[in-house]
Amino acid sequence: MQRTIPFRLNGKPVSIETDDQRSLLWVLRTDLALTGTKYGCGEGLCGACTVGVNGQAVRSCATSLADVRGKDVVTIEGLERNGQLHALQQAFVDHDALQCGYCTPGMIMNAWALLQRTPRPSRQQILEAMEGNLCRCGAHRRIVAAIETAAGQGGAA
Amino acid sequence: MTRLVEVEADAPSASEVDRRTFCKLLGGGIVVLVTGGSSELSAQQRGYPEDLNAYLRIAEDGRVTVFSGKIEMGQGVHTSLAQMAAEELGVELDAITMVMGDTDLCPWDAGTWGSLTTRMFGPALRAAAAEARAVLLNLAAERLGVAREHLVVSRGVVAVRDDAARKVSYGALARGQQIARLVDHKAVLKAVQDFEVMGRPTKRLDAGDKVTGKAQYAGDLHRPGLLHARLLRPPVHGATRTSLDLSRPKAMPGVVVVEDGDLVAVLHADPEQAEAALAAVDVRWSRPEPTFDTESVGDYFVKNSAPGEVRVEKGDVATVLAASRAAGVPVFASTFRTGYVAHVPIEPHTAMAEMLDGRVVVSAGTQTPFGAQARIAQALGIDEKSVRVLTPFVGGGFGGKSAVGQAIEAARLAKLTGRPVMVAWTRAEEFFFDAFDPAAVVKIASALDREGRISAWDYHVYAAGTRAAEVLYDPPAARVTSSPARGASSTLHPFAVGPWRAPGAGTNVFARESQVDIMAAAGKADPLAFRLRNTSDARAQRVLRTAAEAFGWKPGVGPTGRGQGLAVGIDSGTYCALAAEVVVDRATGAIRVVRVVAAQDMGLVVNPAGARLQIEGCITMGLGYVLSEELRFRGGEILDTSLATYTIPQFSWLPQIEAVLVKNDELSPQGGGEPAIVPMGAVIANAVFDATGARLFRLPLTPERVKAALGG
Repeated sequence: MQRTIPFRLNGKPVSIETDDQRSLLWVLRTDLALTGTKYGCGEGLCGACTVGVNGQAVRSCATSLADVRGKDVVTIEGLERNGQLHALQQAFVDHDALQCGYCTPGMIMNAWALLQRTPRPSRQQILEAMEGNLCRCGAHRRIVAAIETAAGQGGAA
Repeated sequence: MTRLVEVEADAPSASEVDRRTFCKLLGGGIVVLVTGGSSELSAQQRGYPEDLNAYLRIAEDGRVTVFSGKIEMGQGVHTSLAQMAAEELGVELDAITMVMGDTDLCPWDAGTWGSLTTRMFGPALRAAAAEARAVLLNLAAERLGVAREHLVVSRGVVAVRDDAARKVSYGALARGQQIARLVDHKAVLKAVQDFEVMGRPTKRLDAGDKVTGKAQYAGDLHRPGLLHARLLRPPVHGATRTSLDLSRPKAMPGVVVVEDGDLVAVLHADPEQAEAALAAVDVRWSRPEPTFDTESVGDYFVKNSAPGEVRVEKGDVATVLAASRAAGVPVFASTFRTGYVAHVPIEPHTAMAEMLDGRVVVSAGTQTPFGAQARIAQALGIDEKSVRVLTPFVGGGFGGKSAVGQAIEAARLAKLTGRPVMVAWTRAEEFFFDAFDPAAVVKIASALDREGRISAWDYHVYAAGTRAAEVLYDPPAARVTSSPARGASSTLHPFAVGPWRAPGAGTNVFARESQVDIMAAAGKADPLAFRLRNTSDARAQRVLRTAAEAFGWKPGVGPTGRGQGLAVGIDSGTYCALAAEVVVDRATGAIRVVRVVAAQDMGLVVNPAGARLQIEGCITMGLGYVLSEELRFRGGEILDTSLATYTIPQFSWLPQIEAVLVKNDELSPQGGGEPAIVPMGAVIANAVFDATGARLFRLPLTPERVKAALGG
């Protein structure tokens, strides 16, 4: 149904008038031109479209716009502060924790949400939290190391 | 001011007009073009001017642009090519800008596959950069009034040795001049001991854009008036349409409907509206009867394949095998099988096409921009010059993006609608239209003599081709037969097959190295000692020894119960030995890979960090085709069209991975993107045998198959 949906996006209030049953993924990518959030499967099975909603990792392909009304949405574009990479982003660079880079925004946002609730996760907690995010290039080991590094540097901020 | 200087006398005949056209396209600064070097590279080339396989431009601000028809899909050549250019030119790495996969700006290239970028394009690029440095030194000598041999280059500045104040930058030398130079691999490359950029671990240059979401893939492009297309697809391969009613989507607001022969598409500014319009299409199909399926494919191939083509023949293998049987010496006969495997790049095939000044311009996630250009021109019935293909970052390829169906679809739709069109395959379309790694069968009969040496090796591969099927060991009698040759077998398969990371090599090495392990166990020999005894190949021996040492290999006759396995393969000029440790849950049949150690001899290593990343990637990706991945099908019907049922490696599967690069600087750089995935099937199957005594002959090693092999 056509409605006006207000929410916070990367720290700023936004309001969109559209069909509120549209997926958050495609509203971000088309209406808001935030293309860092990727389509990978459309079924919530790969994690490439992961964003933060009220600090939780959410698959934006399986989230309607109605679901984020009044909430705080963070995408990969919202992590940098004053031109400084977020600790997680920097750790991914430092560990070469990516290859093709297509799953990377979803990986970082999923890890970001993990560090929001568990600032010092164990190796096992990282593996469990990241399990649903798929990487085909095989950067997994470095992604785990990057998350551990970011956690050590206060990556939850 | 245009000035053409120093064109080699023995350079291929080239019209000045063509060269001027290039230079005009690039603007001011120094331009260096390179023609073919090795015969392999030349074999891939088209005519001039497209045969220029590298060029680079030094601009007035000193920035260097390297143009390459190769593309970046994660394998890291965006970084390693920049390293090569920086090294030979004598500039800093961050002075380099890479332009890749643009058919207007980049020299022609056959495609990014086969771990060829570093081996084939690399030497050409290094020669171009070395030549540019020579040209710049000449110009600097003129400018500074000093003989060339008294000059030194550092960070893009030429200075007089012992008088550093007298200097001139590359940018200043390039200013106001346009110098084209054609080289033919004559420039002297830097010696390994002089390397400052190459050979050093270097962080990816594309990482910053990839961690911030700034890196653009084809699907991220936007144009005013862009339409997202959804195409009508058959339910199974080989189905024919019996009725079609497009009246419902036509009545939907904002929906554009296209019907052009086989192409039926609905388009909308919002991809979800296009999806809804597709669901409103009323269509009926007639399905062909399936001839074979996931389980019967192997037998079907053996029965229906063309007669084999003998690729290797040494001695009389049939006679030796018969003599062994007659003498009561055991002959080992095994049949190995693999299934169809999907590429599953996380970015499905995507392309955006638009009409610009009468040309079709397509930005595509592709491994073959020039191939796409030709195919699009053919499909549209227009001249290749009327098609430009650009390649943004590619979200994984693994061979699968050598197929360019989505780019052709986008181009056709842009031409038909006159508007920019995005074709982004869904995950289900990606599974349906993927060009899979083919299912295959390998039959081997081999024999051992009384000294524990392999005496005969009769190898017959069906459908996988002979990549990595070399005998490797030293039997006096050997035969390798392939039927049918890979690529000639398209009628055999009910859907598309194509290159998949080291095409067929994983199948061949799974078969060979499993068979060798079977013989080692039967001959009561340690798998490492048995291999070393049976091969005189020094590079193979070296990687095997290195892997075993790094792993902490404990000699023993399998099955030892320790769960350790060994395998070696050759691919893309590189030798890779893997040693692995597994734990098998006898109750469930589940295999946990605890550790994999790789020893790789890839010649001179350009970027050790990148090489390790590729080895780790190969091992991690390889866990998939070894443990879980097999596309299930019934005739032309693909049964796995979702990640819910087709499982690829996940974080919890992660083994410990160690990569050892075996130093071999005397050998020019060899391939690195594929070799380590090749021995994965064999090393895990051999480790499972060592753990349990059960030998598995079919990939993937699913829990059901492990349980069956254990007799459970």
